[in-house]
Amino acid sequence: MKFIVAVIKPFKLDDVREALTALGVTGLTVTEVKGFGRQKGQTEIYRGAEYTTNMVPKVKIETAVPADLAPRAVEAIQQAAHTGAIGDGKIFIFDIAGAVRIRTGETNETAL
Amino acid sequence: MRPRSEFEAGGKPGLFKEGSHMELRHLPWGKIALGLGMAGLVAAHPALAQEAVTAAATAADAAATVAAEAAAPVAAAAAPVAEAAPAVPVPDKGDTAWMMVSTVLVMLMIVPGLALFYGGLVRTKNMASVLTQILGVASLAMVMWVIFGYGLSFGGDANQFVSTGKFFLAGVNADSTVATFSDGVVIPEFVFIAFQMTFSAITVALVVGGLVERMKFSALMVFAIVWLTIVYYPIAHMVWYLGGDDAATGLIFGWGALDFAGGTVVHINAGISALVGALILGKRIGYQKELIAPHSLTMTLIGTGLLWVGWFGFNAGSALEANGSAGLALINTFTATAAGVLFWMLTEKLLGHSGSLLGACSGAIAGLVAITPAAGNSGPFGGILLGAIGATAACIFVMKVKPKLGFDDSLDVFGIHGVAGIIGSIGTAFTMLTVLGGPAGDDYALWPQVWIQVKSVAVAIVWSAVGAAIAFYIAKALTGLRVSEEVEREGLDLGEHGERAYNY
Repeated sequence: MKFIVAVIKPFKLDDVREALTALGVTGLTVTEVKGFGRQKGQTEIYRGAEYTTNMVPKVKIETAVPADLAPRAVEAIQQAAHTGAIGDGKIFIFDIAGAVRIRTGETNETAL
Repeated sequence: MRPRSEFEAGGKPGLFKEGSHMELRHLPWGKIALGLGMAGLVAAHPALAQEAVTAAATAADAAATVAAEAAAPVAAAAAPVAEAAPAVPVPDKGDTAWMMVSTVLVMLMIVPGLALFYGGLVRTKNMASVLTQILGVASLAMVMWVIFGYGLSFGGDANQFVSTGKFFLAGVNADSTVATFSDGVVIPEFVFIAFQMTFSAITVALVVGGLVERMKFSALMVFAIVWLTIVYYPIAHMVWYLGGDDAATGLIFGWGALDFAGGTVVHINAGISALVGALILGKRIGYQKELIAPHSLTMTLIGTGLLWVGWFGFNAGSALEANGSAGLALINTFTATAAGVLFWMLTEKLLGHSGSLLGACSGAIAGLVAITPAAGNSGPFGGILLGAIGATAACIFVMKVKPKLGFDDSLDVFGIHGVAGIIGSIGTAFTMLTVLGGPAGDDYALWPQVWIQVKSVAVAIVWSAVGAAIAFYIAKALTGLRVSEEVEREGLDLGEHGERAYNY
């Protein structure tokens, strides 16, 4: 089993979700986050007072998939979230030790 | 056109000496406080109450007294009035209804209008505190108004600085009336009291904008009590009270200053006081260092809209009648404000920024402030001019001058109400001109009027600054002005009120 964490542009969320469900990924956790990478922050001006924010809003998605599905899932996210501009985000892949479905007690891949 | 003034029970009836002040003939466009109408006079003499004929005789008698004392032209003017006057002027239902609507429109400006306008401009952690402060000081002002505020501002003849009667509204009942700007037209005194009450409430609430995010609620309430007493009530009297003679007429009114709806009383007054408060309080922690951005421009837009709508009551209601003068104030409240919106955004653009929503809202307020003293003293195009100049100047002050001066007038009460208020008050002398579409008469003298407006503004600034400083230092001595650093960082919502504006 692999655990995939991706930080993407917020407006790409729907595309990524569609691409993943098309592959048979059955669940996804989404969080609104802020952070920075190579992309510059934004400047806000209120009545002449300028504030430069160096944190950019992003969406973080997390999903656990069977190991054989992981490469295609990562590829799907990469393609769906891609715009070609700085700030498209990153994808991280982890090995995970186990999973449990709380309702039934099923474990590992059957719990996904 | 100068309103007739009939004085309170026991006072000596009389008429203002028009003949000796030709340049004052345009004053009726200013808002004027007046003594009791005939109904009050009659009510105070029960023996006369039902006797219309006797009352008319009393009026004639009064006119005769005046004629004996005053210049001949007054006698000539007064005598026909006395002969033709109905015994008891009855308030017109249309005027009364309009003034009641105007009164609640000004209430709408305070809560929720001003509360949301200011609230949207602070950080989330201080939203509830700002809403509470506006609601708190406005409510305090209303209670104080009926106890002694009306008495000090409009409670009968005493001197040029305050009145000293009608405390606890003594002697006022549902039949009491006050004169308006037209001969023989009156409105119920309770309506006038309520209308003026809302003005005192919004003025003290406006000051809050310079003090947000760091002042103790208790200190603010102490400040409000002292400030209303020593600053607002005397200035309202000085600008708007017409007494029986020069010695009892408000100082600034007596000079012939034009202030239709409160440019000096409300806006310069609030702007200067907020500036003094901001200087005494000091800057917020992190000012000009950390991100201190408005938490909801949506709220600020809602507040702006409510203020604008309410301002029709504020300006057009200041005509005290439902008539053409009110109509003029109404259309000016559209044109000046719209010009303010556009010119603030244009100025932003010219200063190298984007035209912004906050700029548009700020421009609307600057335009409204600038037209306030001129509402009935300007044509619609004079209004556009005043709104445009007021908003442009306020924008430049707020965006370029204030950051260099370094003081933390947090929501720009001085930058908008002070700057646009001063421009509006002095500009009113110009918008009066017929060449700008204003309502000046043939004998209107521009430069003497400009000088009167400048003097009035200067007195308002000095009185307000000194009085506000006294009020802030009294509050400081009694409660301390600022919340602790810990509370300021945590937010005044939790620290001062034990709640949050938002739970989600």
